[in-house]
Amino acid sequence: MTVTVSWFLVLAAGLFSIGVAGVLIRRNALVMFMSIELMLNAVNLTFVAVSKELGLIEGQVAALFVMVVAAAEVTIGLAIIVSVFRDRSSANVDELAELKG
Amino acid sequence: MIDVLWLVIALPLVGSTINLFFGKRIGQPLAGWVAFGFVALAWLVALPATFSLIDGSIPVETSYLFTWIPVVGADVALLWDPLSALMTMIVTGIGSLIHLYSIGYMRGDERYPRFFSFMNLFIASMMILVLSANYAMMFIGWELVGLSSYLLISFWFTKPAAAAAGKKAFIVNRIGDWGFLVALMIIFASFGTFDFQTIFASAPVVITVGTATAITLLLFVGAAGKSAQIPLYVWLPDAMEGPTPVSALIHAATMVTAGVFMIARSAVLFEMAPTTGAIVAVVGTLTALVAALIAVSQTDIKKVLAYSTISQLGYMVLAMGVGAYTAGIFHLTTHAFFKALLFLGAGSVIHAMAGDQDMRTMGGLRKKMPITFITMGAGWLALSGVFPFSGFWSKDEILAATFAKGGWYIGLWVIGLLVALLTAFYMTRLFVMTFLGKPRWEDGVHPHESPATMTIPLIILGLFTVSFGLVNTPALVAFEHFLEGSFQYVHHVQGLSMGAIIGLATIALIVAIAGIVWGWLKYHRSELPAEDGKFWRRSRDAFGVDEFYGRTIVEPGKKASEWAADVFDVKVLDGIAHGIGSGTRGFGDVLARLQTGQVRAYAGGVAIAGVLLIIVFLAVGGGF
Amino acid sequence: MAETIVFIIFAAVALAGAVSMITASNPVYSAMGLLAAMFAIAVLYVMLDAHFVAAVQVIIYAGAVMTLFLFVIMLIGVDKPDAYGKQVPAQRVITGIVALGLFGSIVLAGRAAWITGSNAFGTANLNGTAEAVADELFGTWMIVFLATVMLLTIAALGTIALAYFRDVPEEEMVG
Repeated sequence: MTVTVSWFLVLAAGLFSIGVAGVLIRRNALVMFMSIELMLNAVNLTFVAVSKELGLIEGQVAALFVMVVAAAEVTIGLAIIVSVFRDRSSANVDELAELKG
Repeated sequence: MIDVLWLVIALPLVGSTINLFFGKRIGQPLAGWVAFGFVALAWLVALPATFSLIDGSIPVETSYLFTWIPVVGADVALLWDPLSALMTMIVTGIGSLIHLYSIGYMRGDERYPRFFSFMNLFIASMMILVLSANYAMMFIGWELVGLSSYLLISFWFTKPAAAAAGKKAFIVNRIGDWGFLVALMIIFASFGTFDFQTIFASAPVVITVGTATAITLLLFVGAAGKSAQIPLYVWLPDAMEGPTPVSALIHAATMVTAGVFMIARSAVLFEMAPTTGAIVAVVGTLTALVAALIAVSQTDIKKVLAYSTISQLGYMVLAMGVGAYTAGIFHLTTHAFFKALLFLGAGSVIHAMAGDQDMRTMGGLRKKMPITFITMGAGWLALSGVFPFSGFWSKDEILAATFAKGGWYIGLWVIGLLVALLTAFYMTRLFVMTFLGKPRWEDGVHPHESPATMTIPLIILGLFTVSFGLVNTPALVAFEHFLEGSFQYVHHVQGLSMGAIIGLATIALIVAIAGIVWGWLKYHRSELPAEDGKFWRRSRDAFGVDEFYGRTIVEPGKKASEWAADVFDVKVLDGIAHGIGSGTRGFGDVLARLQTGQVRAYAGGVAIAGVLLIIVFLAVGGGF
Repeated sequence: MAETIVFIIFAAVALAGAVSMITASNPVYSAMGLLAAMFAIAVLYVMLDAHFVAAVQVIIYAGAVMTLFLFVIMLIGVDKPDAYGKQVPAQRVITGIVALGLFGSIVLAGRAAWITGSNAFGTANLNGTAEAVADELFGTWMIVFLATVMLLTIAALGTIALAYFRDVPEEEMVG
């Protein structure tokens, strides 16, 4: 049984689905955020795997760009979480329901 | 010269704009001078072009300015022919004199600059009407004239009567405009163009007598509105609520002649429809008679003149009906002079009497206001038709033309003579009650002669009133010759012999003098005669026409409007509007439930939608 | 064969880390789970000949980002352990269905679309060294690279702004 690229892709799909599940069931904003990071990592894994499959370096470049965007997102996101926490001493997203119609 | 004609329209428009925006800053007398200056300039611009038409150095010409609606033959173009030249001279000439007069008359009014702005706007609108080279542009001028008339009649809009009079004039004119507009549609449907020259040159070939009758009848409805003919004359007496110079300018000299002018302009079409001609002649004669009968009993000096205007317009329309276009336009011209003079004189009197318009409280003003007395005397004699004042020549020409038609037109001629008698009578009544006899004014009123800006126009108009008739006597037909260029497509009526003309003129003169003597004997006494009896009462109420219109048209109209406002609008229209509003709100309330504010609910939505989308794509792409 | 064993081990570590991340009631444990998953993914990158990306993954994700997460967790304190409390009754069931549906549909789609199942790691000779990646990054993708520079700068400014203006009274913020 040799490892093929599709193994990696299936693994990435699994990680991505777990990330989605994490966003859906957790109420802690920080953990939701980690789940999003996990989803990004899963996507990166598909990029790198396909890059290998097709023999193109661009897949790895794309993965790098995703990392940069993720880093920027993390800084802003964490800053927002910190300011929200300062405001209401909680990182529970269910309490942030001001937009309820 | 013809290239600068557009200035005749543009200059008053500029004056109007200046006074509209900067009038307050310019200040009281100066704003009036500015307005006067622009109208006088317009007159000066038109003057050389008129002279070249008179000496024949330029033919009838059209000055194309710019393309407007080429597909209907409606360019913005100015037609410069004797008729429009004459009207231009009347409107700008008399108009500038009236502006000059207003400088003094309106002094002290709060909205002084606004008044002159409207006056200039009126002159500009009238020039558009007169100079237009097609019906479409003429209609624009026609409507603008109506607008400025409305603005000026209700100039003192804080007076309910003035506001009501303005509305009345506007609405009655709209009824006429309806006719004009429909006529324009038929014209376009028949000719495919609005251009005067094309229409008139091709009319006998293109349209049948029936179409011509329809067009001209509808045009006449429009003319009856503007020129105050039965049954649409009711607005003009009420229009006297406006300032007196307005009455002089609009409701005597210029605007009311627009209808007559329009018929004269469309003379070719009217020539093709003898039925319309007969109707026009009858309506004109009846209007002249009814208005004269009402005029004899009015005590308000301006009301007398207003009904007299209607009566004289009846004469002009009669002239149009019998095909004596030159005579009608001639009477229009002389009437413009002497009626403007009479109105301005009346304004001078009212000014002197501190706003009082009732002739019963006047009398004996001769000594106090010599210039007004003399000039109004000229106007009185001219309107009465006394030889050799201008009114004599023009009125006589119309009557002679009517007589020359023969047949049942002789009956119209007789009525015309009766109207001449009444005219002389009521003018004598007005003149005697105002200027002669013993003073009847109340204590505290100190009549005085008006300032120079008011008397100079009176003197100029007086000179024209006395002399202008001489340009078109049976011996010297300069005026008729001048106007030939405008009626080149019109067949001329056969003339009468010199003997017949002199005979008819003599009869008319005798009738006029009889009227004057009658009035003189009745009113030149120490005591005013009692004006009792059924006729006087009915006449003073203007034969109840206004009440009749009120009962038959205005009241049902109001009822219908009330129903529309209280029932239809509230129940149906508001119901629809509210239904749409509450329906939208209800739908919004339903949708708002989806907006839970729960981030994870949104995320779940996105995830579910993602799964479903992938499944759909797989199903469509055959991935299973 | 060795590759298969390595893959199975690290795939298992990644999945275990991910699952423990979303199930741990203590956010610190969640962060540890994520850290494990990221290390495992870095190893998988090496298996895919993406050496440079693997290094960056360790330095940036496992190093910087996870440190930042832990730092924030310490800053705002460990949340009460009622991470699942007051759930909508069917929420976990629905979540499970959605997650499984997503996984299944992605795999199905991938199988249908282009996963060839061909020989391992293709035929191309690919070596993701720093040099190879840099050639591409500073050549073809220069503009995009500069755009990410801008993005990072803006993100830094945004973070500063969020931290700096926190004490402005509400009425002034409204005005």
